[in-house]
Order: sequence, then C-alpha cells, then structure tokens
Amino acid sequence: MIWSSASEFWSMGGYGVYVWGSMGVSAALMALEVMLTRWGRQQALDAVCEAMEAQTLDAEAVRDPVASSSGTTRQTTFNPGAVT
Amino acid sequence: MKLFHYAAPQHFYPLAGRLWPALAVLATALALAGLWVGFMVAPSDAQQGQAYRIIYIHVPVSWLAMIIYLAMAFWSVLGLVFNTRLSGLMTRALAPTGALLAFLSLWTGALWGKPMWGTYWVWDARLTSMLILLFLYLGYIALTSAIEDPRRSDRAGALVAVVGAVNVPIIYFSVQWWNTLHQGASVSFTQSPRMASVMLTGMLLMSLAVWLYAAAIALWRVRSLILVRESHALWVQLLPEVQAHRTLRGAT
Repeated sequence: MIWSSASEFWSMGGYGVYVWGSMGVSAALMALEVMLTRWGRQQALDAVCEAMEAQTLDAEAVRDPVASSSGTTRQTTFNPGAVT
Repeated sequence: MKLFHYAAPQHFYPLAGRLWPALAVLATALALAGLWVGFMVAPSDAQQGQAYRIIYIHVPVSWLAMIIYLAMAFWSVLGLVFNTRLSGLMTRALAPTGALLAFLSLWTGALWGKPMWGTYWVWDARLTSMLILLFLYLGYIALTSAIEDPRRSDRAGALVAVVGAVNVPIIYFSVQWWNTLHQGASVSFTQSPRMASVMLTGMLLMSLAVWLYAAAIALWRVRSLILVRESHALWVQLLPEVQAHRTLRGAT
C-alpha cells in the first residue's frame, strides 16, 4: 500500500481538490448519463405505445366512421392482425 | 452478407440488446482494476507529485472523445455510401457520449492545468482544437434535432460528422505542429512509452474501461432510437418489452 492513512489518500499531497474534482465530476456525469439513457428507454417505449394507439384509432375510423366520430367511448384493443 | 444483415435495425436491435449489458459489466470491472492500479499501486510522480493522477481520467476521456467522433464519421460514410438505415441511428447514439467525454477532457484538463501551469485555460492549439471538438458534437446534436424529417436529418448530420472529422488529426498532432503549453503525447505509435509501466497499465485499463462504457451506452441508446424511428413497424409493436410496457400503461 502506498498510503499510510486515509487522510493522506484524500489530500493527494495537497492536490485533492484537483484530483477528486476531476474524478468526482467524471463519475457523476457518467452516472447521470446512465440515468438519462434509462429514462430515454422509457420515453421510447411510451412513443411506441402512442404510435400504436394512434394506429388503432385510425383503423377504427376506417372500419366504422360513424361510431368513431359520434364520440361514444369504445374499448380499443390492439390487434396486430388488423394493422397489416 | 452478415454485416449487411445487421445493418437492418430489426436485426441490430436484439444484437445490441445482448451486447450492451456484457460490455457494461466488462467496463465496470476494468474501471475498478484501473482505479486500483492508478490510486493504490502506482507511485507518485517525481515532478508532479500526486496531481499527475488526473492522467487516469484525463487521457482516457480525451482519447475516447476523439475516437467517438471518428466512429461517427465512419458510420456517416457508410450511411452516405450505402444508405443503410442503421448508420444515422448509430451516429446519433454516439454523439451525446462524445460530447460528454469532450467536456470531461476540458474539465479534467482545466483542473490539471491550474496546479501545473497556474491557469485553468489557455488559448493553446491543443486546448482550442479540443474545444472545437466539443462544439462539433453540440452542433451535430442541435442540427439533427432541428430537422424533423429523419432521412434529411441523418444526411445533414452525416455531413457535419464527416467534415468535422478533419479536426481530429489536428487535435492529435497539435502538440507537434505548434509550440504549445500542453505536453507531448505520453504514448505514441512510433516511440516506446515515456512513462513507468505501472502508470501506463493504469492508464490503459482506464482507457479500455471508458471505451467499453462508450460502446455500451451507445448500444443501449441506439435501441431506444430504433424503437422511436420504427414505432410504426409491426416487429417493434410485437416486441415483448413493448407489450409489457403497454400493459403497464393501461394499468395506471
């Protein structure tokens, strides 16, 4: 071991602010990037669900224009077979 | 051909999903090993004392900031020549990580410059060309997010990535071409390294860790980009994670 005490390690020979300022900010920003990427994944899944809902509504409107424009609430379920 | 097979987002999506967790685990292991060697094994520097330890993060992020831009240029050339759909998505996925690492290069460099040169910043060729690299990343991100149409956006971005790549060799050779305050290369292709092997080991372990981190996060990010870009495609809508997310949304 090259350090004789914990305080010697953290002080980095008087350069602690510079060394830990470099390592700390790098670690923090990379952690932030990981969190943002995880959040982006949820956003992407939301976007796909919204696209699917829009497609289902379009398909309903084509099949049954009267019902879909009359404002009655109907259960819309996703049916992949109907989309293709 | 296998390569062109994976150039289709539909085939690349599951591949990226298998790769990124493995790369993330490897990156973490290498970072821990690199930090151990750099902070627990390597001795202090004869000239710089303990301040030199900034090298274990400064050099890896600086190298990767340059390499990621070259990777973006590489994908862009593929996109412009072969018109592959994945190219624009991969270029896009790499940009935020490249921008982050370019910023960290400047940040850690400033914190190293202060105790060693007496200043956080100087308009020196190496520092200035690195700042330009950060602006190229930010410019790429701003341009591609400003253009709605994905194809036009990809092409405009690809041009920025290819033209801007000229800056990378300028950064790399700046310390030879101009008389700068920044020191010369610690490790070069032509000479044996001018540093103790234990320090070099720590630096290379950290570089490999940052490299794998960048690869992992770009592959993770490209999966989200693929989902959004292909959200109208049946293969996306039938993915188990999409179905699960849909059920979750319906429940709340």
